[in-house]
Amino acid sequence: MTIAFDYTRSLGPVLGRFMAGLRDRRVLGSRTADGRVHVPPVEYDPVTCEPVTDLVEVSPTGTVLSWTWTEGQSSGWALVRLDGADTALLHTVGAGAREHLRTGLRVRIRWAGDRTGHIRDIECFEPGEAEATPETAEGEPVAIMTTPIRLSYRHTTSDEEDRYLRALAEGRLIGQRCPACHKVYVPPRVCPADGVAPDEVVEIADRGMVTTFCVVNVPFAGQRLDPPYVVAQVLLDGADIPIQHLILGVGAEQVRMGLRVAAVWRDREQWSFTPENIAHFEPTGEPDAPYESYAEHL
Amino acid sequence: MRRAAVLGTGQTHHRARRTDVSMAGLCREAIDRALADAGTDWSQIDAVVVGKAPDLFEGVMMPELFLASALGAAGKPLLRVHTAGSVGGATAIVATSLVRAGVHRRVLAVAFEKQSESNAMWALSIQPPFTAPIGAGAGGYFAPHIRSYIRRFGAPPHIGALVAVKDRRNGALNPYAHLRQPEITLESVQSSRMLWDPVRYDETCPSSDGACAIVIGDDEAASSSSRQVAWIRATAMRTEPTFYAGKDHVNPRAGAVAAEALWAAAGIRSPLDEIDVAELYVPFSWFEPMWLENVGFVGQGDGWKLVESGETRIGGALPVNPSGGVLCSNPIGASGLLRFAEAAMQVMGRAGEHQVPGAATALGHAYGGGSQFFSMWVVGRQP
Repeated sequence: MTIAFDYTRSLGPVLGRFMAGLRDRRVLGSRTADGRVHVPPVEYDPVTCEPVTDLVEVSPTGTVLSWTWTEGQSSGWALVRLDGADTALLHTVGAGAREHLRTGLRVRIRWAGDRTGHIRDIECFEPGEAEATPETAEGEPVAIMTTPIRLSYRHTTSDEEDRYLRALAEGRLIGQRCPACHKVYVPPRVCPADGVAPDEVVEIADRGMVTTFCVVNVPFAGQRLDPPYVVAQVLLDGADIPIQHLILGVGAEQVRMGLRVAAVWRDREQWSFTPENIAHFEPTGEPDAPYESYAEHL
Repeated sequence: MRRAAVLGTGQTHHRARRTDVSMAGLCREAIDRALADAGTDWSQIDAVVVGKAPDLFEGVMMPELFLASALGAAGKPLLRVHTAGSVGGATAIVATSLVRAGVHRRVLAVAFEKQSESNAMWALSIQPPFTAPIGAGAGGYFAPHIRSYIRRFGAPPHIGALVAVKDRRNGALNPYAHLRQPEITLESVQSSRMLWDPVRYDETCPSSDGACAIVIGDDEAASSSSRQVAWIRATAMRTEPTFYAGKDHVNPRAGAVAAEALWAAAGIRSPLDEIDVAELYVPFSWFEPMWLENVGFVGQGDGWKLVESGETRIGGALPVNPSGGVLCSNPIGASGLLRFAEAAMQVMGRAGEHQVPGAATALGHAYGGGSQFFSMWVVGRQP
């Protein structure tokens, strides 16, 4: 499973000027009340807690204070103190080989070719002294910086999940009963109320009743279905907790509490170890379940 | 137990997008106001407690790292609190506990969210393993439970709209509120778009950037304050699983049990008579009647009747959300702390245009997750 989003960062007055400087190949540090110059700039003075407003330009050349190297890489990680700054910046140094990187090495910023006012405008550091940057007027501060984040997960199934998914791959639904409260959970899981592992495996019908539902009319980022659609809590016959699923085969305005529904399975060739083997639920035509039969499941 | 009091509160001007400030700047806007309101400065703050919304909402996992200097935490203890949407309330309670335990004299509690940097609807609709890919945000989660409430007690359909009109008009009295709609009417709410049937657009909270901060002090700090403080008479937090067989989403057990503990600790026998104003966490308008019942102001099925009678307006028997509440401003991470701060502002007599006259005892309330985390406090003019 992968989830990803392009988060946007409002930079505010200090970081906005810092990023604008990078776009123009200039590095700005912030001077705090004790006279120290911080690079990257701090927004608030760690000693006085006051906002920092004094930004000063430092050199794009600096000195490696400390470093580390990962075998097989062409660059190392280093703490670089730029000339004019009192704090060090962590970045990569494209030194080519481990023996070329050392404490005290003079390094300069290698600027990205296409600079947008982003921390990635600093491609990396490289050995050497920078040429003087030509004087230019300070550009407009950058208001927003985009930081894409992408996360990939591999889920290791529990015994209960494993059993449930194997049954799904055979077109069956199973639950498991809690030995303490005797409730049947679908999907089976450690009982959230009693904190004990389930035991008895129970075959569950692929039909049941709508306990409650909502009609989703709102579109949103990442949505997998076109609205409007009905998302219902479906209490399967034999289960003591509803599952959430999609109701099709009936107009949204005709879906009601107590409606009897059955699973519509995808074609057998498409089945795998996933709940998506069930495409949706649709009405069976049976009489509605009486309110009392599901009131305690709301 | 040692006594503790709210010495001062501060909040930001909540907006859809506060692109003029970073997260640090947003927090400081609230903190600087809270320190000024408390008549204190950084030298007197002994510890900082910070809460924010779930990490995926902003894509920031450990805000306490990069915010440490902005929160004035250098050289002091800094704690991070997580309890989903109720985190603001939990943050206030953790800070209170540090003071009541005698560990610190003055603690700063701050909570924030910059919803504009992400998309909470997206973050809340990610398909967890083994479920159908049909999540639809917080509205999609809570709308079916609102339907269950309506069915269980035969509540008339306009109750949700009544709450929305009240809260949005209250918000118009609050200079910090994100949505300020003095002209809203029952008809306009009822003709607004149906988002998650039965929840309409105007019955739904906005997506806001904002922060809130409070300074909590011990007996000596409170006594040396030149201004009225809000004495913290009781706090309560309870948790339950998101789902379990027999979970009552309309009347969650953790909320009811927390409230019982809260009233007992505060020595309150009849909440409806003894509480002058309540700030309840109402992100969808129907949660006002649901929480009125859950915390025990009225019996089961009577919440909608109290709303319909108009008694939850400013001037009624129990004004609810005079600030406009979550329906007017929803920086999720801060929303719980805003409820707690607004309750304190009421008993301190510093709620401005939305002040409930004579408010002496107030409830602050928050909930989070799938109605699973509950936090509340009672504050009063007197200890």
